[in-house]
Amino acid sequence: MSARLPLLEVSGLVVRYGAVTAVRGVDLQVGEGEIVSIVGPNGAGKTSLISAVAGIVPPAAGSIGFAGKSLAGIALEDVVARGLALVPEGRHIFASLTVMENLMLGATVRRDADGVRADIDRLFAMFPILGERRRQPAGQLSGGEQQQLAIARALLSRPRLLMLDEPSLGLAPTVVAQVYALLKSVREQGVTILLIEQNAERVFGLSDHVHVMSGGEFGLSGSAAEIKNDLRFDAAYFGVHMRQPASGQ
Amino acid sequence: MERLVQTLVDAVSVGSLYALTALGIGLIFGVMRLINFAHGELITFAAYTLLALFGLPVPLMLFGAIAVAVALALVTERAAFRPLRNADPTTLLISSFAVSFFLQKLLILVVGSRLKGLDFLPALGRQIELLGIRLQLLQIATILVSAILLVALTWFLRATRLGLQMRAAAEDFRMARVLGVRANRVIAMAFALSGILAAAVSCLIVVQTGVVQPRMGLQLVVIAFVGTVIGGLGSLTGAALGGFLVGATSILLQALLPPDLRVFREAFVFVAVALVLLFRPQGLIPARGLKERI
Repeated sequence: MSARLPLLEVSGLVVRYGAVTAVRGVDLQVGEGEIVSIVGPNGAGKTSLISAVAGIVPPAAGSIGFAGKSLAGIALEDVVARGLALVPEGRHIFASLTVMENLMLGATVRRDADGVRADIDRLFAMFPILGERRRQPAGQLSGGEQQQLAIARALLSRPRLLMLDEPSLGLAPTVVAQVYALLKSVREQGVTILLIEQNAERVFGLSDHVHVMSGGEFGLSGSAAEIKNDLRFDAAYFGVHMRQPASGQ
Repeated sequence: MERLVQTLVDAVSVGSLYALTALGIGLIFGVMRLINFAHGELITFAAYTLLALFGLPVPLMLFGAIAVAVALALVTERAAFRPLRNADPTTLLISSFAVSFFLQKLLILVVGSRLKGLDFLPALGRQIELLGIRLQLLQIATILVSAILLVALTWFLRATRLGLQMRAAAEDFRMARVLGVRANRVIAMAFALSGILAAAVSCLIVVQTGVVQPRMGLQLVVIAFVGTVIGGLGSLTGAALGGFLVGATSILLQALLPPDLRVFREAFVFVAVALVLLFRPQGLIPARGLKERI
């Protein structure tokens, strides 16, 4: 276990959509400064887990603590002020707004206009293409550029924890490599990262801890090196360990 | 020549009124996916406020009309629409009808259903001569007031923090909230703005017709709603353009149709509307990125 202070502490989390249980009692700790990844196939419950942490879906049971305080009952729009930022699956940039306007929205919870301006300049140095296209509608950017914008927008709230849901989805392999290089530099700036991916190979080089999720549960958890070399990985990823032949279905 | 210019000015002036009304509807649809038929009652209540305050200085009457329309907009949002915020659009639509009927019947109960004359700003009924062409001052005033409100609204939406948040919320409300945009504040602001627009329309209509009656707002809103649909639901530019086109077309048809066909003017307008929707079902300026909202 990490000796560092746990920034995010999820225990016994259950997420239900009507009769369907998407997350079944998950425990998750993310230490300050770590990169923790959750990998698993489509429908494993990864997005439901991160959505519950971000306040988008209410948990049916369990607790979510952030920086020592519970997030229970907090309105969706108040979560970001606590220091959690989400880059959702599909990026959800505002296509009709300009790149600059998208970035300004990332700073909604901040009141230090000068600090925001300085941060935007810093982000333009980190993401030069966004600086060049600051006046263009964000819908005109390519998929990779939109992903950069979504990450930059999330960083503008100065989060302590950045959560990314499948940032490589729909991107060309070279662009994915760029996005991952970016995440590395984000982490070097002291931002803790919780990353969700289907493609496990991608996250091994970057992550401190990896959880393999399937059927709403973590089947395997450990350091990136341990998980990479664990012979049980495939079974955990595809949920073989828990998939008994279902009766009556 | 004079007649042509007069007709065009008339068309632009009536088109502007419908554009303002359609914008009020479009603002609320943008952030809430609610087609607010109760917008008509904001117009009606503002008109009755002018009636109630008649005799006081004009700025006070105007202030009263705006205050009542904005307050009523905020009260309907808080009491009727906020509890239904996550409901599907059909429920919202039906509740907006309910609010509209309730307010209309309440007004009839209190003040009666008869027309009441109101000689508000009679000076605007004068004709003035501009470059040798006689025009009604009211039409010029209507165009000016509409233009000022359009510019002010555009400035608000483009240049202020809250305006940016409203545009973001109109496109993808959930993502806007994830970024910290306050749903209650943005929606209340949209209702307040729709109240201001309704009050402006109300004042102009009262000057034009010289009467107030409990159904005056609903009639306007039904036509303006058609405008927002052909403009593209969810797009503010589309709403303004659609409202303008419906109003202006109606006046132009009145002038251009042979006299015995003029009674069917509305039928021609709606044939044009049907044709627009046949070729552009998403409207003339469709909204981009209409996403599921919270």
